[in-house]
Amino acid sequence: MSKAVDSRTDRPESKIRFSTSWSYAPAPETAKATIAPRYDLFINGKFVTPAKGKYFATTNPANEKKLSEVGEASAEDVNKAVKAARSAYDKVWSKMPGKERGKYIYRIARILQERARELSIIESMDGGKPIRESRDVDIPLAAAHFFYYAGWADKLDYAFPGRTARPLGVAGQIIPWNFPLLMAAWKIAPALATGNTLVLKPAETTPLTAMKLAEVIRDADLPPGVVNIITGAGETGAALVNHPDIDKIAFTGSTEVGKAIQKALAPTRKHYSLELGGKAANIIFEDATIDQAVEGIINGIFFNQGHVCCAGSRLLVQESVYKTVIGKLQDRMETLVVGDPLDKNTDIGAINSKIQLEKINEYLEIGQKEGANLWQTSCDIPSSGYFCRPALFLNATQSHRITQEEIFGPVVAIQTFRTPAEAIEKANNTPYGLSGGVWTDKGSKIFKITTKIQAGVIWANTYNKFDPTSPFGGYKESGMGREGGLHGLAPYVELN
Amino acid sequence: MANGKVQRNGNNGHATTVKKSRLAPIDSVETSTRLPVLKTYKIYIGGKFPRTESGRFYLLNNRKTGQPIANMCLCSRKDFREAVVAARAAQSGWAERSAYNRCQILYRIAEMLEGRAAQFVSEMVQMGFSEASAHAEVETSIDRLVYYAGWADKYQQVFSSVNPVASSHFNFSVLEPSGVAAIVTPQDSALIGLISTVIPAITGGNTVIALASRDLTLCAVTLSEVLATSDLPGGVINILTGEKSELIEHFASHMDVNTIVYCGNDEAERATVRSKSAANVKRAICYDRTDWMSPEAQNPYLILDTQEVKTTWHPIGV
Amino acid sequence: MPLSAPSLPHSPTIDQVGVEERVERLQKRSIKKASKVHALKLALSMIDLTTLEGADSDGKVRQLCSKAKHLHDAMPDLPHVAAVCVYPTLVACAKQELTGTDIKIAAVATGFPSGQYPRSTKLADTRFAVEEGADEIDMVISRGHFLAGEYAYVFDEIAAIKDACGAAHLKVILETGELGTLDSVRKASDLAMHAGADFIKTSTGKVQPSATQPVTLVMLEAIRDFYQATGKKIGMKPAGGISTAKISLQYLVMLRETLGEDWLTPDLYRIGASRLANDILMQLMKERTGAYQSGDYFSKD
Repeated sequence: MSKAVDSRTDRPESKIRFSTSWSYAPAPETAKATIAPRYDLFINGKFVTPAKGKYFATTNPANEKKLSEVGEASAEDVNKAVKAARSAYDKVWSKMPGKERGKYIYRIARILQERARELSIIESMDGGKPIRESRDVDIPLAAAHFFYYAGWADKLDYAFPGRTARPLGVAGQIIPWNFPLLMAAWKIAPALATGNTLVLKPAETTPLTAMKLAEVIRDADLPPGVVNIITGAGETGAALVNHPDIDKIAFTGSTEVGKAIQKALAPTRKHYSLELGGKAANIIFEDATIDQAVEGIINGIFFNQGHVCCAGSRLLVQESVYKTVIGKLQDRMETLVVGDPLDKNTDIGAINSKIQLEKINEYLEIGQKEGANLWQTSCDIPSSGYFCRPALFLNATQSHRITQEEIFGPVVAIQTFRTPAEAIEKANNTPYGLSGGVWTDKGSKIFKITTKIQAGVIWANTYNKFDPTSPFGGYKESGMGREGGLHGLAPYVELN
Repeated sequence: MANGKVQRNGNNGHATTVKKSRLAPIDSVETSTRLPVLKTYKIYIGGKFPRTESGRFYLLNNRKTGQPIANMCLCSRKDFREAVVAARAAQSGWAERSAYNRCQILYRIAEMLEGRAAQFVSEMVQMGFSEASAHAEVETSIDRLVYYAGWADKYQQVFSSVNPVASSHFNFSVLEPSGVAAIVTPQDSALIGLISTVIPAITGGNTVIALASRDLTLCAVTLSEVLATSDLPGGVINILTGEKSELIEHFASHMDVNTIVYCGNDEAERATVRSKSAANVKRAICYDRTDWMSPEAQNPYLILDTQEVKTTWHPIGV
Repeated sequence: MPLSAPSLPHSPTIDQVGVEERVERLQKRSIKKASKVHALKLALSMIDLTTLEGADSDGKVRQLCSKAKHLHDAMPDLPHVAAVCVYPTLVACAKQELTGTDIKIAAVATGFPSGQYPRSTKLADTRFAVEEGADEIDMVISRGHFLAGEYAYVFDEIAAIKDACGAAHLKVILETGELGTLDSVRKASDLAMHAGADFIKTSTGKVQPSATQPVTLVMLEAIRDFYQATGKKIGMKPAGGISTAKISLQYLVMLRETLGEDWLTPDLYRIGASRLANDILMQLMKERTGAYQSGDYFSKD
């Protein structure tokens, strides 16, 4: 067991003292949200009971209380949903002019904007993320994603020079629990814009905003069967992947499951796109704007409790500024509030599930056993619910498991480097290739480093920025295919 | 319901009693004894509704029956001058808005127009269109607004480029708006012509001074009311009504206008536009299209026409 | 003994977008109930109640001092403002009014607000204000010299004025609205602290923009780095443009999360404002009664 290390200043008498006589009172979000006690499966424009009559609970990870229960879709339900999607495709959606399809998608965007506050609250309750993030990031980006793709529906002739784009048909879409509504938007919007119909399965720990989205889709009067949303766990997902009448599978989740899907689809003609895990390197050069880089580190690994595939979970700091950066980082971390997701002042909410918290804690043990130095902030955390104090592992090395494996929590493994070549080598020395960060005030260095990093999304002097116009996706084992932007249309069309 | 109103004929100053038709939905009850409040048609500059500074007017008639409809402002070159000032003041702010924001505002204009579709149809009927063609034109106009709303955050992706130069430089070309555009809109169109020429220019971040159709003016003026309620910042679109022959020289020669768009088929006018533009190397765009209802009248190249290309170089190296 | 300018080249560069994003995040803090009342009273105690008009007279200053002493007698337990801030020729009058209170007298000097005067004038201006009884001097730097890169000139000027202050505390106004970039704000902050400033201050309030939150954050971070390098605590004063209680609380949140406990005191943080006090009083009354307030019920001066 190694000792914790505090890098803050050689002059202990010049420490910034953060625990103050003035602390923030609780500031709970006061708006109301309506969560039904039970949600059925959304198939063919209606909510229908699951064939086997089984339901499973979804709980609030902040207090472990049950929020609602949702239907468990069996193979029979999956089949029903795919049939509805196929029928809607053949009879209605593939025949509809692009501009009318677009207007449906605009409606979804507008209704999401109208219901934004309620959706944010439910997202925070179901998944654990702070209301500040669901309100200011997740929900607005979801609406914006629909807005963006709505406009492509009648403009596909301009997207692929020399080619006519045709929809693939029926898409099966499986999304994770870290950005439930946003991931649903990332999947549904481009699929609809390009003329496909779909069956979407949200993650089993976070189904509620998907069911609210089903209500939005029903209220937008989308033709029945164009969008079907069915809840369930691994078995439901497998049934969807293996269904013979699906033309395309889109999956976001762990690399392990992604590989299983790729294997399962190998003997078929189905198209697929995968957005998998990552272990991004966030590189801080000595000529970075240091205070803003520190904020970038915070945004990189503590945004959404670190439950982000593109999180800056490895920090590479140029040795000449190591002490300065770590000292400032620790100071900044002390002001992070870990607490009730529905409190507007909460920076880091609840870990999504008990299983995930156990995984994270396991890595905290592993890292210490391996010889890295663990440091966590001193903040209070609630006594019930699943919470984790933000953590640094100092003196991590390239061979440590905490440096190689995705932890998916508020934990960053820190190493030093001396030259740009070394930073690039360390950054690329991983099977993953989703994202990366580069911090330097020197323009030419930015472009040099970003051309060398093998990742699909590189943030220079910023981190964890998302926009519907900006393509997102990975190299190597982080997946294939892009979501967002013009390039995000390609996974849903065939080009003739 | 017809109502008498005394007004001067614009040309000879004689007072005549003219039957002025009330602008009411077609199915209004003829037997009502309530006196309607008649609308005054003003111009739209800087987000406000002034009258023409010249105090002049012309009489708009139904182009089929010749029946008088209402007095329109007969704009002067000074109105145009003020409109250019307003458009210039609004341009950098409009261009700096995010594409997403411009997209939402354009979509909002469509929402507002959809909500007032009946009024536009009724005005077109008053001006001599059939109800069927009026409906078609209003619906096409709304859909065209939605069309361009969808281009606002995409044309950059389609028309920009990263250029693979031979030296170690990151080199990229982006589109930027030319600035202020003066547009002589299709004179033979009540609504779709104006929409089709003005909207692509503002989609790309330009601000516009538009001259409405002289003889089919009502919808242009009512459209300015729609614009004013759509979160569109004042000055982004300015709408003047009046005589093309009086104003075209000023549209083309104004030194603080970056682009002039001329819609029409008069060779002499085209020549004037082209030669006067040379004074400040104004971009002169002439569209001779007559059918603005056609689907070919909407495409992203109309946006490209009012864009400049900026290429930037930066070294790549540590 | 102040150091000479060599520390200047080491001022870090600042990313504007990053600063603005940090500010935006800080603005999302929600300060409610007891923590709001605590913060409002703290903000009140940090105000330098200011009048800096060409039209100021003894009568005007007397009114200002009266308001400083009697913010709102209907509400007991109110702290007093930290100081009044006036032109040097009005210091004597303020001194008369405020003797026996804890309210400090700050005087602007050195050819406020432009600073376009020779060194001798600036020194005389300062000495006069100190002799008249000013506890604090708010000086302006020579922005023209700074922007021309003449850092040694600016440094020497601050050091000389500090010397002329004697026992009085020196606040150095950077006039951030004229400096153009956050890089310059950081550079000027470092320069001023090394040259002997007790406080660094954003603005004269006579130029737009005056204080902004991004500028303030950069200055607070400069103070923090200086403290960690030297052990010396320098104060900070944003001035101008902080007209509402809500905005003043955002500034306090920023202070708390950047410099922590030690700076949450009028000894190290001031707010240069005139209308702010009444807005805070109205907010305090609203917290007390539950009703939104009207300006009619609070004395304007």
